[in-house]
Amino acid sequence: MTAPSVPLKDPGEPGKAGKAGRPSDAAVDGSGPPRRSLGSRLAGGAAGGVMRVFLILVALLWVTPTVGLLASSFRDPTDIADSGWWDVFTKPSQLTTESYSTLLGKEEITDALLNTVLITVPATVLVVVIGAMAGYAFAWMDFKGRDWWFVAVVALLVVPIQIALIPLADLFGDLGIFGSVLGVVLFHVGFGLPFAIFLLRNFFAEIPRELLEAARLDGAGETRLFATVILPLGGPAIASLGIFQFLWVWNDMLVALIFSDSDSRPLTVALTEQTRQFSGNIETLAPGAFISMVIPLAVFFAFQRQFVSGVMAGAVK
Amino acid sequence: MASQLTTAGGPANPVPPAGKRKSVMGTRPWVAGLFLLPAFVLLGALVVYPIGYSVWRSLYDADGSGFVGLGNYGDLFGDDATFTAVKNTAIWVAVAPALVTGLGLIFAVLTERVRWSTAFKLVIFMPMAISMLAAGIIFRLVYEADPDQGVANAVVTGVHDTFAESSVYPKARPSTESDLKASGGGAFTSTGTVSAGSPALLPLVGIAPDKVPGDPGDAESAEPSGDGVSGTVWLDFKLGGGGQKGAVDGGEKALPGIEVEAVKDGKVVASAKAGDDGTFTLPASADGARLRLPGSNFAAAYNGVDWLGPSLVTPAIIGAYAWMWAGFAMVLIAAGLAGVDRNLLEAARVDGANEWQVFRRVTVPLLAPVLVVVLITLMINVMKIFDLVFIIAPQPSQDEANVLALQLVNASFGGGNNQGLGSAIGIVLLLLVMPVMIVNIRRLRRERRR
Repeated sequence: MTAPSVPLKDPGEPGKAGKAGRPSDAAVDGSGPPRRSLGSRLAGGAAGGVMRVFLILVALLWVTPTVGLLASSFRDPTDIADSGWWDVFTKPSQLTTESYSTLLGKEEITDALLNTVLITVPATVLVVVIGAMAGYAFAWMDFKGRDWWFVAVVALLVVPIQIALIPLADLFGDLGIFGSVLGVVLFHVGFGLPFAIFLLRNFFAEIPRELLEAARLDGAGETRLFATVILPLGGPAIASLGIFQFLWVWNDMLVALIFSDSDSRPLTVALTEQTRQFSGNIETLAPGAFISMVIPLAVFFAFQRQFVSGVMAGAVK
Repeated sequence: MASQLTTAGGPANPVPPAGKRKSVMGTRPWVAGLFLLPAFVLLGALVVYPIGYSVWRSLYDADGSGFVGLGNYGDLFGDDATFTAVKNTAIWVAVAPALVTGLGLIFAVLTERVRWSTAFKLVIFMPMAISMLAAGIIFRLVYEADPDQGVANAVVTGVHDTFAESSVYPKARPSTESDLKASGGGAFTSTGTVSAGSPALLPLVGIAPDKVPGDPGDAESAEPSGDGVSGTVWLDFKLGGGGQKGAVDGGEKALPGIEVEAVKDGKVVASAKAGDDGTFTLPASADGARLRLPGSNFAAAYNGVDWLGPSLVTPAIIGAYAWMWAGFAMVLIAAGLAGVDRNLLEAARVDGANEWQVFRRVTVPLLAPVLVVVLITLMINVMKIFDLVFIIAPQPSQDEANVLALQLVNASFGGGNNQGLGSAIGIVLLLLVMPVMIVNIRRLRRERRR
């Protein structure tokens, strides 16, 4: 878990790591001190044109693979077998939603989509709630060995999930939840908690003491304080955590591949099974992959700031 | 969020040292216990217990009955498939983080003052949002071997064919009625010699008449051409049947553009190309020579690069990884760049440094802390790479592309059923990230003491 350590590392420059969440900041210019770097010098001179062309080419290179998937998902199997997806630019009449309707007509796919939701929502809510409770306790309660316990949680941040695959497969097998939605959810909750506690404890500790004391004078108990002061004020951190955890679980393939069975598998696993015969299955895989991408992309474009900072902070998981 | 984390430890808004920060509530310990209980139970059962179990399990054999000591760890180097995984993971860790960080640095520096940098950064960062599975499917499509499917090979063959002429009739071969015999190097040579005045017949088959490239006209019998040697190269197959083998029948296709050489004593004495009606004419010097159709006529079409074949599969998947993660490096480095003191750069320029020197000697050293963080983050990430390899590498080359995390799954849950080996791999992965764990803890304690 090095990403959270970016901010930890440079406590003297609060703005520095904070900008990680705001890519647009780099575009702001004009008012500040002169900021002439290699890039800006190039941008001015004759080399500027070359640089811009280069950047445009890079951007094209970056979107091409995704455009290819998108275009393929809107072509029928015969066209896919006959010619490349770039044909749609010259023959837009090829475009059809047939693959989508075929795919969404398959029960195994709609069931898998439902399972994705059934796994993702509880795994996110549980991590946020349990993480917030523990984060609050670490930030504002006194108990013996508090700092040591928190160090232990921080130590767990970088534990690779791979190490738990075999032990938990055995354990869940004994408990009879191997192959169920519950097993997949539990796995994600366990490995989501260290990051959640770490993040929320640090944020909660920033809440001004006066607010808590005022609530206490009003006679609020521990639970009410948590629900009426901590959770509302912790909103931004909870949002970032929620987005990160949601996407992490939504996009997961490895845990579900091992811990779900044919009734409980999410979309990612259902699609994985189609990749063995790749070229013959493009009409299933392309729309399927795109359906699995729609939610993450929507979240990305809607919550850019929280998204970027969430991904940054949790990248090492 | 990151900014809030920053200020959490920052001097501007310091966290009160642990000792002084008393609970507001004077909480009774059991209340704290209740708030912590769910987290501790879950962490204990789902994260801590598996570590202990894995250590113990890694010392036992495949089915868990016999104690093998460190034998499973020995298999990391002794077992072929596992050793390939060790080597490939080493390649990943050595190449991918440096590549991605380099790309991120280039993008961050170049976009610093470009007006549409936000749009550019969005495009580069977007792949971070999607799953490794989706990225895997996207790149499996990019790397499809058929140039009519995979865009990578479409570009490669396009460029190749622009510079090197490709052969027109890769599948053609002499018909059984002909005098032509394979003569090495893909060429066909006549067994008999030709003489001026009697036109040569060079019938070929192997192409469907309606699939002849360029859709040429019908073949004609060549007229004798005085001193020279004439002849016809054509597709000796008539659509709908009929026609005589070895003779130019009406409606049979010409094969224009095929090169014909006259060979005497192993030396090419003359050469000509078949015209639109399939006929060719060689000068008088060809009299008495054997006719040869050189291999270049039939060379297989260039089909691009076998991206997902055994030799290129790992670099190809690393390319897909770079596509996903360059945005991550770019955003972190851009944030670091925004914090660089411009006066230092200006001072270097006043001292006569050129832009490259400023970049190399001032900017990069100032960015070093950020670069190190990005590199280490990516290294940890790459050690555990699984989905991309699992999805992109096709079954035949999956063994060549194997990495530790994939081998763990294959060994324990795939056909292998060797959970002892799987556990040992898991422990190795944990040991590899251990230094980062220690650094994290040290940092935390240092801040507490402040």
